[in-house]
This record gives sequence, structure tokens and C-alpha cells, in this order.
Amino acid sequence: MVPLSWYVALSSTLFLIGLVGVLIRRNIVIVLLCIEIMLNAVNINFVAFSKYQHVIDGQIFVFFVITVAAAEVAVGLGIIIALFRLRETINIDEINILKL
Amino acid sequence: MQMAMFAYFGAAILLSALFVVYFRNPIYSAMALLTMFMHIAGLYVLLEAEFLAGVQLLVYAGAILVLYLFVVMLLNVQSRGRFVQKQTPAVIGLGVLAVIELATLIFHTRFYPELPAIPHPGVPTLGNTETIGMVLYTQYLFPFEIASLVLLIALVGAIVLAKGKLKYR
Amino acid sequence: MLPYLLIPLLPLSGFLIVGLLWPYFRGKGHWITVPLVALSCFLSIRAFMDTLNGPPLHYVVYNWIHSGHFSASISIMIDHLTAAMLVMVTLVSTLVHLYTVGYMKDDSGYDRFFSYISLFTFSMIMLLISDNLLELFFSWEGVGFCSYILIVHWYERRPSWLAANKAFIMNRIGDFGFLLGIFLTYTVFGTLDYSGIFQQIPAHLNDQILPFSAFHSQTSASVITVIALLLFVGAVGKSAQIPLHPWLPDAMEGPTPISALIHAATMVTAGIFMIARLSPIYNASHTALLVVGWTGAVTAFVAATIALTQRDIKKIVAYSTMSQLGYMVMACGVGAYGAGIFHLLTHGFFKALLFLAAGSVIHSLGGEQDIFRMGGLSKYMKLTFVTMLLGSLALSGIPPFAGYYSKDLILTEAFKDGSLGHVFWAIGVTTAILTAFYTFRLIFMVFTGKENFSHDGHHGHAPHESPLVMTIPLMVLAVGAVFAGWAGEHYDIIGYLSQSMTVPHFSGSPAIPDDSLKLISVIAAVVGIATAFLFYGRPSSIPLALSRTFRPLFELSQNKWYFDEIYDAVFTRPMIFLSFILWREVDKGVIDMVVNGVASSCQSMGASLRRFQTGQLQNYALVMALGLFGMVSIFLFMK
Repeated sequence: MVPLSWYVALSSTLFLIGLVGVLIRRNIVIVLLCIEIMLNAVNINFVAFSKYQHVIDGQIFVFFVITVAAAEVAVGLGIIIALFRLRETINIDEINILKL
Repeated sequence: MQMAMFAYFGAAILLSALFVVYFRNPIYSAMALLTMFMHIAGLYVLLEAEFLAGVQLLVYAGAILVLYLFVVMLLNVQSRGRFVQKQTPAVIGLGVLAVIELATLIFHTRFYPELPAIPHPGVPTLGNTETIGMVLYTQYLFPFEIASLVLLIALVGAIVLAKGKLKYR
Repeated sequence: MLPYLLIPLLPLSGFLIVGLLWPYFRGKGHWITVPLVALSCFLSIRAFMDTLNGPPLHYVVYNWIHSGHFSASISIMIDHLTAAMLVMVTLVSTLVHLYTVGYMKDDSGYDRFFSYISLFTFSMIMLLISDNLLELFFSWEGVGFCSYILIVHWYERRPSWLAANKAFIMNRIGDFGFLLGIFLTYTVFGTLDYSGIFQQIPAHLNDQILPFSAFHSQTSASVITVIALLLFVGAVGKSAQIPLHPWLPDAMEGPTPISALIHAATMVTAGIFMIARLSPIYNASHTALLVVGWTGAVTAFVAATIALTQRDIKKIVAYSTMSQLGYMVMACGVGAYGAGIFHLLTHGFFKALLFLAAGSVIHSLGGEQDIFRMGGLSKYMKLTFVTMLLGSLALSGIPPFAGYYSKDLILTEAFKDGSLGHVFWAIGVTTAILTAFYTFRLIFMVFTGKENFSHDGHHGHAPHESPLVMTIPLMVLAVGAVFAGWAGEHYDIIGYLSQSMTVPHFSGSPAIPDDSLKLISVIAAVVGIATAFLFYGRPSSIPLALSRTFRPLFELSQNKWYFDEIYDAVFTRPMIFLSFILWREVDKGVIDMVVNGVASSCQSMGASLRRFQTGQLQNYALVMALGLFGMVSIFLFMK
């Protein structure tokens, strides 16, 4: 049997990779992709715990996470398109109106 | 057997995630993400969550990824200059710190080394899909309805955002 | 009580009406103020009559402060001293109001001037009728303030500002001592009412105080002496005694009517009034009387020496005022308060007359004030000449004019006060010679001899007599200058005033009888006048030769004994320098540095913190992630 701690380790590592990607990449679309990586990492965690504790609620939560991820991607990409119309760039550095 | 499969799926997931972060071309990153999704689905099957595996493939790989590819091709932007941020060294440092912390956490906690005993032996277990169905429409009905509302809002919002200005004649 | 309350209130209402509604008056302000102050004069005369044979009037108008053990009220007290002074003050004020109608006719601040002299009259009256030190001090400050705003009436002129500032500041220095005296009085006596103080004086005769305990000195002094001296400091400032005198000649920058009103008859006499009013305190302290006497004598002499060489007509009269004030203070110093007040009353008449007549001369010559540029005016301005001559005769002490009776009384009383009194008497007689000399020097230079003025002075024609509005006051005052002294002697003013103050009793009989002393005074006056005639009554080179021979003395006199220069070097320049240093180092260096430093440090902190707000999403996300993992590491690694 695979010990639970390995699933936890896998999920955390994947989460970290996603986090690093969010912080590093300059292309907005890639940043959103890395957010998806993070969400999937969390999903893995939930499903693993759900199996190891013999309850189904973890998988229900994963169900909802996937739903919300889909909605978020739709809206996020819509924002990116609107932003692209405004700024003609998908470089995240150049969207800095909040700069003091 | 299970260990081997876990090892394969885990390695593939991590590797493809690294490729997502690494590739310069967005299409390549999307493809690497696709690979990751499929291997995660495989991991779900290993964890006896077949329904979720199916949902994962359908939604993530089939809808979300396609959406991403459409947008990438729509915004056909040539990337110029460097492709990582100036704060990369800080992030690397953060990553190292986080790894150390997680390692400490995981090694100092006792997670289940073995699969625990089945709580009700002898009761015929339902399949994954039936179990989810039984709980989803009774106990979690309210969140289910809210989730549908969320999707509706996302639908409307995406149209509004991406539509652009109306041209009155 | 009402008629007596109206005495101060009428001029006050004149001030308020004309002062608040001045745009509507436009040169007609005198229709309000002159009748009001004349009515006040009439009421003062009535009050004088009412108190002639009766007890003093005493009314409490308003119980102002009642706090713990301290209570003070605004009251009216009219006893013989107050009544006599009220009549003189209101009469001179009315005449000056009338005179101003003619003198300030073309002035742009005509109504403003009237409102201010009415305010001054109100303050002076309040000073005279007060019955406690607090009310006195308020009116004291009030007259000082009115003096300031009247001196600076022509406010576009820089000399006016300087003179008004000097007057006010020197007054305030005196008032500082006065205020300390009031504090000490309250501490010792527990009350500020005159009657309360006077009753308690015998109980505190032997009380001692350590005046220099701040410097760890153990010298002790009688507390009554200290109080008397501190209050006297106020009189020194107000009555222009040495050393707080330089403001009085400079105050001649103001218009002549106020020189007559404030700096001859009323405000400067407030100091002497205060000493006379508080005579029980002064009588209880021999040291204080000594200081008072010497101050008066020195002032009288020094002022007379300065007046010998002055060229400005108003400054001559101003130094003459200072000299006569010295006489009055000296009289108080030998205990002859009655004589001092008598001289104050007669002096009020003839000095106001001299000032107003000088103003008439200045007005007709279009502003000329240098006596060496006048001359021979007697044929153009007969009335002014006659009245000024009468005033000068009164000032010099020629019988039977007013000054003779009062000045001689002072000198004879001084002589009787022991061997020190002899010294005072000698100083007084010498000063009388000088007084007669410089007064008639003025008369001869201005009214006789060669005409040195330009004939286009006033409105482009030759000098002429002033209008009736200006000459009537001269005539009224001339009557006073002539008869006031004789009337005072005949009606025993000293006995009349003795209700309010003690008459000195000198032991033993004097070495020289009174009549001989009086004769000596008259001879002194005649000598002075004759010398003036020799020098200035006919063309003569003696003055010029004398000034060359005794050049150092001449310079000393003409430069006012260098008091201004000494004060400038000793007090003013170090003060200005100190202020400059404090401004540069403390105000700019420390305080501004702190304030600006706080502001600039806020700014620089803001500038450095602003760098966190890059507007870049990933920076914010990195910071969040660092925060999260930082906290986790704190919980994990630091137990």
C-alpha cells in the first residue's frame, strides 16, 4: 500500500511547483495555467484523504472545486481578453496601474 | 504493483508540471498541462475514484484546456524579452524554504502508513458514482444548486467581459 | 449714584458711538463727543460740590470677582482728592476736545481721533474714581494703551510707530514693577481695596521679606518698603521719571492736542496721583520716600538742563513737563503730598495751555516746529502770544500767577524736611532758574525778533491767528493759569486735600522763614527771565559763544544726556542680538528642524514604503507567499 504521506508529499510538491510558476512567469495565460496546477494538487490531496478515511465527502469537495475552477477559468480568460484589448499586451509586468 | 503505478503517475505529474513552468511557448505549456491532467485522472483511478477521473478528463482536459488553447491562439502575442520575472531568485529561495518546511511537517506527522480497516465489513459497497450520487443530491444539495448558480454567473460574466463594446447604429 | 456713574460713562459712550459708527460721521464726530465730555465735566463739578462739605462718595457698581478669599469690585469713590482731579481732568479734556475741532480739521482720521480721546478720558476718569488696586491697574493700562494709539494716530509715518512703541514698552516696564507690587500687596494684605490696605498697614510695619531670595541672598527688607518701591516703579514709567523717561519727548510725534491732554495734564500725572492716593503706604516707609524724593529731584534737574538747548518747540515743553513732574514727585518724597497735588492741578492748566498754544503756532506756520525758524510772531498771533506769555509766567513761578503758589509751596515744604530737605530745596531753586530761562528763551525766539519763517507756510499765506475754536480753550486755560494758584491758596486747598492724605508735620522751626524762601524763589525766576532776555530777547552772540566754550556740556544737554544711546547699547542691541540668535538657533534650528524633520521623515518613510506598492501582481503574490511560509516556519521551528 502506498502510505498516505507519499500522497501528501506529492500533492504539496505539485502545489509548490504551481506556486513557483505563478510567481515566475510573465505571460498571464501561463500564470492561470499554473493556478490550475495548484488546484489540481489540492484535488489530489482531497481524494487521497477521502480514500484513506473511508468517507466520500472529500470527493464531493473535489467535485465542487472542479466546478469552480471551470467557472474561474472562463471569467479569468474573459478578463484577459478585455485587458488585451486595452493594453495590447499579455505581459503581466505592464499591467501596473496600482503602482504608487 | 500499486507502488509502481503510483511512482509512474507521480513522476509524470511532477515532470509535466515542471514543463508547464519551464516552456517558453504557451502551446507547449498547455500540452504539458494536458499530460498532467491525464496522469492525475490515472491517479484518481488508482485511488478508486473513477467518477472523478471521468469528470477530470471531461472538464479539465476537455473544456478548460481547450478554452486556454483558444485564448492563446486568439491573443497571438510574440513574447519578447525574458520570460521569467525579476523576482525569480526570491521565489527560488521561497521554494527551498517551503520544501524544507513541508519535509519537516510530513516527517514529523504520522499519517496512515497502511490503509486502515474497512469500517463496516460485510456491507456491500456501492460503486464510486453511486456513492457520490447518493450524497450529492441529499446532503450536499444546497451547495450543488449554488454551484449551478456559480456557473451561470461565470457564463454571463465571461460573455460580458469578452464581448467588448456594443456598437449602436 | 447715577450722576456719578455717568461721569465715566459719557465719554465711553462717545467713544463707542463714534468709534463704531465712524463711516457715518465723516468729519462730524465732534457733535457727539464734545457735548458728552462737556456734560461729564459739568457732572464732575457737581460731584465736587457734593463732596465739598460732606463725606466721600462711595458706591460699588459691580461685584466683579469673588473667588475664595479674593474679591474685587468695580466701584466709584469720590473723595476730595479725586473730586479735585476729576474737575481738572474733565475740564482740560473738554477744552482739548474743542481745540481738536480746529486743529485736526483736515485730518483723515478726524473721527477716529475723537473716539480715542474720549476713550482716554474714560480710562483716566476710571483711574481717578477707583477704590482698589485692580481697578486702578486696569485703568492704568487703559490710559497707556490710549496713549499708544493716539501717538501713532498718523500711522503712515515711521517715527510715529517708533515713538508709540517706545512709549508703550517703557510704560509696560513700569507696569511690570507695578504688577509685582500689586501681587505682593495681595499676598501681604489679603485685599486690594485701599481702605483694607490702609487699615492693615500698622500691623505689618515690622514684617520683613527676602527680596533677593532667588539669588540665595539673605538681605531682608521691610515688606512695606518693597511694596512701595515696586508700585513706585509703575509711577516712574507712567510719569516719565528718570530712568524710564525717554518716551515722553518722543511722544511728541503725536498730534499736539494729545500732547496737551495726555502728556501734560492727565496720564503723566497718574503716577503722582497713585503715590498721593497710597500715601499711607509711603508714609510707613522712610526708605521709599527717600527714593521717591531723589528720583523726583534728579528728574527735575536733568530735564531742565536738557530743555536749555532743544530746538523743537514741543520738545522744550515736553522736557518742561518732565521737570515739573519731577517737582511733584519730589514733593511726595518729602511727604508733602498736598503740595504735589496742588502743583499737579495748576500745572495741568498752564502746561496744557503751553502745549495748545504751541500747537496753535505750529498750525499757523504749516507744521514748522523748530524755534530757530520762527520769530516775530507776536504781531501776527496776538491772542496766542498773550496766552502763551501768561502760561510761561505761571510756569516760571512769577507771582501772582498759578505756578508761584504751588511751586513755592513745594520748595518751602522741602526746605523744612531736615538737612536732606535743604538739598532738595537747592536743587529745586536751581531748576527754577533753568525753568524760567528756557521757557522765556522759547517765548523770545518764537514771538519776538527777526522773522525766520517762510511766508508761504500755511496755505501759502502769512501766519494768522488760529480760529476761535482753538483760541477759546487757550483763553479758558489762561484764566486758570492766572487764578488757579491764588484760588488754591485762598481757599486752602491743602486743608481740603488733607481729607485724603496726611499733611506733613515738621519738627522744630525752619532756619529760614517761609517768606524769605518765597522771595528767593521769585528772585530765581526773575534771574532766569532776565538771562533769557539777554541771550535771546535781542540779537546777541552770547549763546553761540557759550555753546562753543562749554562744548561738552552743550553736547550733553542737546543729546539728552545720551540716555537713548546708552539704553540702545545696553538693553536694545543685546536684546535684538539675543533674539536674533534665539531665532536662528532655537526657532529655525531646533523647532523648525523638529517640525520639518517630522514632516520630512514622514515623507521619506512614505517614499521608501511606496516601493512596496509596485502595482505588479506577482510581487504581491510573492509577499503573501513569503508571509505564509514565514509564519509556518515560526510555528514549526521556534517553539
